[in-house]
Amino acid sequence: MNSDLRELYQELILDHSRKPRNFGPIEGACLQAEGFNPFCGDRVRIYVKRTGDRISDLRFDGVGCAISTASASLLTDTLKGSTVEEMKRYFEQFHALVTGEESPPDPVDLGKLEAFSGVSEFPIRVKCATLCWHTLKQALSGEEDLLVSTER
Amino acid sequence: MKKVSLGLSKDRPDGSLDVARLRSRFPIFSRPIRGKRLVYLDSAASCQKPDTVLDTIDRFYREDYSNIHRGVHFLSERATVAFEGGRKKVADYIGAKNHREIVFLRGATEAINLVASSWGDQEISARDEILISEMEHHSNIVPWQMLARRKGARIKILPVDDAGDLRLDMLPDLLNDRTRLVALAHVSNALGTVNDLDSVIDEAHQRGVPVLVDAAQSFAHHPVDVSALDCDFLVASAHKAYGPTGTGFLWARSEILQSMPPYQGGGNMIRSVTFDGTLFDDPPWRFEAGTPDIGGVIGFGAALDFITQIGRESICAHEERLLTSAVDQLMQVDGLTLIGTPRRRASAISFTLDGIHPHDAGTVMDHEGVAVRVGHHCAQPLMERFGVPATIRASFGCYNDEDDIEDLLKAITRTKEMLG
Repeated sequence: MNSDLRELYQELILDHSRKPRNFGPIEGACLQAEGFNPFCGDRVRIYVKRTGDRISDLRFDGVGCAISTASASLLTDTLKGSTVEEMKRYFEQFHALVTGEESPPDPVDLGKLEAFSGVSEFPIRVKCATLCWHTLKQALSGEEDLLVSTER
Repeated sequence: MKKVSLGLSKDRPDGSLDVARLRSRFPIFSRPIRGKRLVYLDSAASCQKPDTVLDTIDRFYREDYSNIHRGVHFLSERATVAFEGGRKKVADYIGAKNHREIVFLRGATEAINLVASSWGDQEISARDEILISEMEHHSNIVPWQMLARRKGARIKILPVDDAGDLRLDMLPDLLNDRTRLVALAHVSNALGTVNDLDSVIDEAHQRGVPVLVDAAQSFAHHPVDVSALDCDFLVASAHKAYGPTGTGFLWARSEILQSMPPYQGGGNMIRSVTFDGTLFDDPPWRFEAGTPDIGGVIGFGAALDFITQIGRESICAHEERLLTSAVDQLMQVDGLTLIGTPRRRASAISFTLDGIHPHDAGTVMDHEGVAVRVGHHCAQPLMERFGVPATIRASFGCYNDEDDIEDLLKAITRTKEMLG
């Protein structure tokens, strides 16, 4: 099997796509946004509970490919408990990772999110990996229930 | 002189295609993809181009190029004759009575938009109804929605059954005194269904309702004859028929075209212009404002020559054999669900794999050198009808053979090993 492909579909990614963590809505009031990729029909809805500056709870649901589902699953796992400021730094670093661009100065440790490094070899799949991130940003902007689209 | 086989069906006693020879006429197949032989199963999105189309376009730009129609010089005359020759070739190909019934446009999409804008703006009023089907490509949905919104008209939908065939039994309920147009795909780009349009056109005409046929998907894979169909409008694109992108056409009955106001204004579509007003040219030129895609039309003509030379019936028969074989083999695959099992099929097969998103399958199959299309195929309402966000679609052209089906099945096995 081609090594690029193995890099893309790492065990961790396949595991999170088959058994997504933090899947399903948050009970009670929370911030929400829906992300949509018209290119492939992927949909993700992000639910965030914000306590002060902190993301105190973070969940998602929707339909998507292995990359987009695993990305949302690992995003919720990684960012639950972090601050909004930290989230922005993670996103910047993650974006650089999946697009193969240069990391921002003063990088953060992406931890398990490093599993998405293989995406950079598949430019067409970048949107799959970043859809949930854009959607989370939208949810945190506080404007109720806006549809995020990967196509401008 | 040494006789060279061009892959013509008549080269073989049983009329079958010599696919190896035929493939050698498509330069793209000499290019390895990811180190493997190209298995191109995406002709429903766009066909690859044969040498004669590429050479014709190249020669035109090198030797005969000029703008058309108004020039009196040598090259302009050559270019005009070649361009208008393309019109005659399209007319012959679809059995049109008159080449002046062919309007060249950017493609089937623009052709439908022209009908919606020009004919639709004139003929459609508030509360009128336009009947389309659940299996339409977005290009045969959105222009009608836009027209309906402008006019306060309504879109009615002819449903599709579980097999992916049109619910023709519902036609009498859906056609009524308010119906002004029926617009249907000849062949579904997503499922491969060949629609039995004869009965639809008959019923519509009994009520005096004109019918537009979207032949984008049937054009190179199934007989298309406007006289036999007895339709009123027909649209198709060159690039889905071995021709270049950026060129397609609208065919409409002369009397309808005569009645239609211009679509876009500009040069080439006028008799005379003064600041007090403009006298428009006759169809088809009335609808061809600006310099058209001259090279594209000439290449389109070469593509139709190619199809005719190989033999339209032979190509259709060859593809039908491949589709039957592919469907039979795909049905044996564990965890594979065919989306649509229509009575008659042309060009395409859609399917899903249990627990594997089509997008992921597409990526893995691509790494096996197999080019399939994954997604909603610009038919989101149809995807919703079948309860899937997307499908994997394998579609065929004259250059495909049993080896391609074998490689498709291997790629599916790989996909299941990796992601299942």
